[in-house]
Amino acid sequence: MAARPTALTPIHEKLGAKMVDFGGFYMPLQYTSIRAEHRRVRTTVGVFDVSHMGEFVFRGPDAEAFLDWVTVNNVRKLQMHQVQYSCACYPDAGIVDDLLVYRLPDHFLMVVNAANLEKDWAWFVEQKRGNCEFENTSDRTSLLAVQGRNAEALVQKLTKTNLSTIQYYWCVEGEVATVKTLISRTGYTGEDGFELMVKNEDAQKLWGALFDAGKEFDIEPVGLGARDSLRLEMKYCLYGNDIDKTTNPLEAGLGWITKLQKGDFLGREPLLRVKEEGLKRKLIGFEIEGTGFPRPHYPILSNGKQVGQVTSGTVSPMLERGIGMGYVPAELAEIGTPLEIDARGHLLPARIVETPFYQRPY
Amino acid sequence: MNFPSDLLYTKDHEWVKIENGLATVGITDYAQSELGDIVYLQLPAPPGRVEQGRAFGTIEAVKAVSDIYAPLSGTIEAVNEVLASTPELVNQDPYGKGWMVRIKPSILETEKQNLLDPEAYKALVG
Repeated sequence: MAARPTALTPIHEKLGAKMVDFGGFYMPLQYTSIRAEHRRVRTTVGVFDVSHMGEFVFRGPDAEAFLDWVTVNNVRKLQMHQVQYSCACYPDAGIVDDLLVYRLPDHFLMVVNAANLEKDWAWFVEQKRGNCEFENTSDRTSLLAVQGRNAEALVQKLTKTNLSTIQYYWCVEGEVATVKTLISRTGYTGEDGFELMVKNEDAQKLWGALFDAGKEFDIEPVGLGARDSLRLEMKYCLYGNDIDKTTNPLEAGLGWITKLQKGDFLGREPLLRVKEEGLKRKLIGFEIEGTGFPRPHYPILSNGKQVGQVTSGTVSPMLERGIGMGYVPAELAEIGTPLEIDARGHLLPARIVETPFYQRPY
Repeated sequence: MNFPSDLLYTKDHEWVKIENGLATVGITDYAQSELGDIVYLQLPAPPGRVEQGRAFGTIEAVKAVSDIYAPLSGTIEAVNEVLASTPELVNQDPYGKGWMVRIKPSILETEKQNLLDPEAYKALVG
């Protein structure tokens, strides 16, 4: 199947982006350099086309109860215009996907990973209960992430909505560059910023307005390559790397979104058991001491014995050293524990460190 | 894409410049562009021996790690030390400041037959 374009694909091609197939979508990996784009987001502001993400709408009197059943976080506690990071689990507590849930005036909105779009949709349809209508609006929705310390000043130039009143993980329906936009103070970079959700037909106009207004803020387009290294510096999980159907949210460090006391939900029973028996393994963050590049699937060793493998890794553009994530037995998961990463036969000394790896200075 | 006419090439995307009996070696503009941001290079120290077609070093780019193959057999005479601290020179100037090693070829005339001229290399990477 050919990779699907987004509404902004012609712009990426005109900018000379290196395009790749990502989760079935034809997406910009980088425009100039992954590291330069990464540093752009960490120092001024960058814009990402993340229209490959999926959007589902849930309506009806039982929509709240349904979402509370299929996700691990407490949807009932979600206030109007609040956004919640969560995940959906299978009955065995393996993760279907990690996702965002928005409470809006007449419906709930869910944003899911592109690579899981069809799988998630089929899963939710299969779990359908009560008076609840589903709609998959992914094909007509575009999403632009404006991330970095200059994001608020930039977007504020284009909207009458007072952005300073939008708290982290809250949203407002407004207009940006005269385009009807769901303005959400969310992101996947660890920086301040917004995700702007618009109709496909408005996406190019919004992109153009952002770049026209953004010159004074040192704006640049940013591809998925930097999106990956940015999220990794924050130890944010990536589905397919750090979490999947064989991992549960507790061992993945997502206990903070897993509300075991909220009432019954899919995956709760096995999660209660995991909690009672204690975690067998934990997703840790490590730093390479010296030079070296930890890559996914490299074995993690402790005292010469393999104890896990790298799930995500890169050379951090901000710390300028190798960082990574991986599951290790719980008894080894203490901060400071020395490990070794087997990089194609080269043993790289590493140490478990506090995360996020990077702390923003503002 | 740039294919300087005074260089010879390998199908593994290295270039060679032969001058005064020494061969300067690097990777091509096409190779650096495919690899993306280069963050480390592992290169042998002189006077290591290398053999045509055999890996003698590795390039760690953000996207992937790949081997560097010796375009000619011989001994390493010099390594571009600057690349240890500024590997991005390979991206910025692959045929100039991004050179990697200088080799003293041992059987140059025979092995030269296995290298590609600019036209042949250009045809290879299309």
